[in-house]
Amino acid sequence: MLEFRKDVFADERDDNLNVVGKGLQRQDMPGHVTGRTRFFDDHAFEALRHLKVVRSPHHHARIRNIDITAAARAPGVKRVLRGADVPLNKNTLLSLINFGKDDEPSLAVDKVRYKGEPVIAIIAESEAAALAARKLVRVDYDPLPTVFDVEEALKPGAPVVNETYPHNHFEYHDKYDHQKLRFGDTERAFREADLVVEERYQMSPIEHAPTETNGSIAAPEHNDRFIVHSCAQGLFFSLGTTAKILNLESNRLHFVGGTVGGGFGGKVDTLTEPLAVLGAMLTGRPVRYVLDREEEMLYGSPRGAERIYIKDGLRRDGRIIARHVRSYFDAGAYTRLSSYAGIKCTAHIPGPYSIPNVSSDVYVVYTNRCPSTAMRGFGVTAVDFALEVQMDKLAHAVGLDPVEFRILNAYRDGDMKPHRRVAKNTALIECVQVAAEKAGWPLSPEAKRRSSLAGGGGERALIRATPLDERGRIGRPETRTAPSHQVLPAGTQRIPVSKEPVSQGANDGRPLPALVPLHESGRPAAVPPPPVPAPAYQPALASQPLPISTPTYQPAAASAPAYPPAPPSPAPPPAPQTQHGAVRFSSVFGTRRR
Amino acid sequence: MAKLPVQFRLNGSDRAAFVDPAENLLNTLRRGLGDFAPKYGCGQGTCGVCTILIDGEPHLACLTLAIACEGRAIETVSGMADGADLHPLQAAFMENFAAQCGFCTPGMLTAARALLAKNPTPTREEVIEGIAGNICRCTGYEPIIAAILAAAGSRDVRRA
Amino acid sequence: MPVDVRTCQTMAEAASMLSGDRTATLLAGGTLVMRDVNEGRITDGTLVRVADPAFRLVSTGGGRIELGAGTTMAMVLASQELVFLHPAARAIGGPAVRSAATIGGNLFAEAPYGDFTVALLALEAQVTVQAGYGGGRTTPLEEFLAARERGRQQLVTAVSFARPQSAGALRFCKASRVRPKGISVLSIAAYLPMSGGRVAGARIAYGAMAPTAIRAKGVERALEGRMLDAATIEAARQVAGEGTRPATDAIASEWYRREVLPVHLGRMLAGEER
Repeated sequence: MLEFRKDVFADERDDNLNVVGKGLQRQDMPGHVTGRTRFFDDHAFEALRHLKVVRSPHHHARIRNIDITAAARAPGVKRVLRGADVPLNKNTLLSLINFGKDDEPSLAVDKVRYKGEPVIAIIAESEAAALAARKLVRVDYDPLPTVFDVEEALKPGAPVVNETYPHNHFEYHDKYDHQKLRFGDTERAFREADLVVEERYQMSPIEHAPTETNGSIAAPEHNDRFIVHSCAQGLFFSLGTTAKILNLESNRLHFVGGTVGGGFGGKVDTLTEPLAVLGAMLTGRPVRYVLDREEEMLYGSPRGAERIYIKDGLRRDGRIIARHVRSYFDAGAYTRLSSYAGIKCTAHIPGPYSIPNVSSDVYVVYTNRCPSTAMRGFGVTAVDFALEVQMDKLAHAVGLDPVEFRILNAYRDGDMKPHRRVAKNTALIECVQVAAEKAGWPLSPEAKRRSSLAGGGGERALIRATPLDERGRIGRPETRTAPSHQVLPAGTQRIPVSKEPVSQGANDGRPLPALVPLHESGRPAAVPPPPVPAPAYQPALASQPLPISTPTYQPAAASAPAYPPAPPSPAPPPAPQTQHGAVRFSSVFGTRRR
Repeated sequence: MAKLPVQFRLNGSDRAAFVDPAENLLNTLRRGLGDFAPKYGCGQGTCGVCTILIDGEPHLACLTLAIACEGRAIETVSGMADGADLHPLQAAFMENFAAQCGFCTPGMLTAARALLAKNPTPTREEVIEGIAGNICRCTGYEPIIAAILAAAGSRDVRRA
Repeated sequence: MPVDVRTCQTMAEAASMLSGDRTATLLAGGTLVMRDVNEGRITDGTLVRVADPAFRLVSTGGGRIELGAGTTMAMVLASQELVFLHPAARAIGGPAVRSAATIGGNLFAEAPYGDFTVALLALEAQVTVQAGYGGGRTTPLEEFLAARERGRQQLVTAVSFARPQSAGALRFCKASRVRPKGISVLSIAAYLPMSGGRVAGARIAYGAMAPTAIRAKGVERALEGRMLDAATIEAARQVAGEGTRPATDAIASEWYRREVLPVHLGRMLAGEER
């Protein structure tokens, strides 16, 4: 089974383990081998209805007319759903954490943006009746020009895929068309490098192909609730999404599941629950909505394709001194989770290597493809593939063994990472050494002597002066190339961003937060900065009641308005409020709101 | 359209159902008779999660007409254990961690059962051919192959 | 109206039903038709089943072998008399598919499916078709395939072919991306009777190299009368692609199929393991 390499990091480890390395039976195994494990579809219901969806045959088209009269009259049909039946027919998954704008309908109304987009839902007494009625729906489309390539989609004049984001890219911080990472001066380092290698990588969308297709069964339950047996990988997430789309209080939904016949990230989009629950609401009966295999493979969201450009500058001795990554994530027609993938990708660059100058621009682009979603290593797997193939090419370019090349450039404890965090508990070197040993790959004595614990920090912990730029303003493709306008002094540590969320859902109408971050002046890199106390809110940006109940913590020192404010009085006065508890880092926008 | 009656033995018990003429056996077993062990994975005959035995032979319930099963003996994984005692294949699957999500497991066990009934001492290649119609997306197949070979080594394997 | 099912006790009754009703479809093993029902492509009309034992009759006595169109792949594999067809039968789906898939159904399977038919084509099989209550009419398989679409309202009742010279005279290989069960990149059947150490009456057939299984007549000419040595095999490889019109589909591109065809053909003729 497991091999414990007790020689590696010997001083730090405790191998006295009770469970790790020992065989432990899965608690669901008896159910699996007896067939007793209950997946979402393994529940009996009286008068179960079956929902089948009419999907767009076009990649991009206006809907001119929809005629459901024949379908609605077909034998066994109980109800036909259209976009107008959906209480909130425009959503984005991450609106649950207030990130991004609502952009995706549950049932398309005036336009379809990808082949397979749902337009009409038919609910009937049997699958066969629903399938027969589906053929009777008449939708008239006017096809529109399409765009399938991420770089084409970003050019001026490209067909607009998703009007919520009219420039075909997700909008970060309401300011930029991409995510930026800036550390040191890559442009200058490229000029100083002995060798510059630039490559392009392309990954296709990848279908999860779970053995169990996406689906759910929703049924009216007691207590005026709906029970939902769901394949979702994140039940709370799907419950929240369903509650929002159907304008239901979340305590009227009872989600049951967590037993998934293969998810791999492909069962996080809440593809079927909203329409199944809506069907149960409108028919008063249990409604089952399951993708068939063809739907799962074609219209169940895939891992998003990515196109990645990597430009590296090396010295002749093999040290990488500059890395610039420009990456395009193909979100397909709607955002879903892709906005977050761009951030995860950025967080992963430049890989586990110590490189003194790093920059990246990661775009999330809309095309007329099936919307993408998460899949194992979401946001990271593709860029890792590109980075590691690049490392092999770089090694070849400087005539070094690719394994030794990695050991040479590996990060070590104490090194400064481009995200301005000091690396600790690094282990790439040891992993590579053990892997080389297992593979019988010869390593030089020097490579074998290297350690993550030695040689880090010092000069490798420096933060060089970093040019900042305003490249890539939203809606202004001509700004994608421009000189820098500001230089962060060397040694500038982390930048605490505004405590306000920097992107907001379409609905809550609050004014935009101030977006220019304040930065701290230079500090010695070796001393970790003391914890920053939560600064007071700017009065101008306070403090109307939040759409979701959020009691604010009131430390004794501050005077703060009571929450929620008494109904008759107007909006609370602009008194300073402090944020609840410690500042918690959120990868999405720097801090959590509460 | 009037439903048609069909009677057959399911896991040793006499069962009956009223079915649509073109209804497939998978639907009848699950929705009609409450045996949820065979699963829906594709409806095309590709994935094998609906594998059941009809008169001892492996068949795909999603491609089989319910009315074609009149008078037959159908077996699913629900009837594989002997009361509370697991079938050697079931025990071997447990011991060899031959399941993760568990969705392919009922079909996989049924295919394995059919294989060992015909060939009690298969080679590794014969095991692979025996489960060739069953897709697993989680385990990479090796633990399943190991489990079937282990069960084949067991003395009890002749009990089909 | 939802889909109806009629079970006919005789093949003649089934043939009559098929020819009299344009919405009637024969249901044999179900591997093709039930998929259409499950996915909503067939939502009305009638499925016609044949309960006639003659539909599954396997006659292997004598010089000519006749197999009822309802004979399943599993039945072929259970018959030692048909051992020369075992490689082709084993190439169809997995064990559960083979319990149901029929010889007759395989005749209608569209490329890249239909690998068993490739072996029958190399055996120059004849197809017996019944239309209505009339008698059966026998057509060479090659002709039948060319007119296949127009023949859907007729009942294929049997296929027949001359017993091969020896079990080893019929070779079969299937190239697929996944093994043992995978959809064909291509398949090849080669019937190579020998006389005095030379090929006498070669018949080569391809699957997934055209909309239906086809004969590779250029290869047949290249082999005829020659010893099966390296030079002959090379000559066959040179003309391997004659007459082929492979499709680009989810399994392989037209280019790829053309590229690998001579490689697989050469290996098969040389008797190499795949």
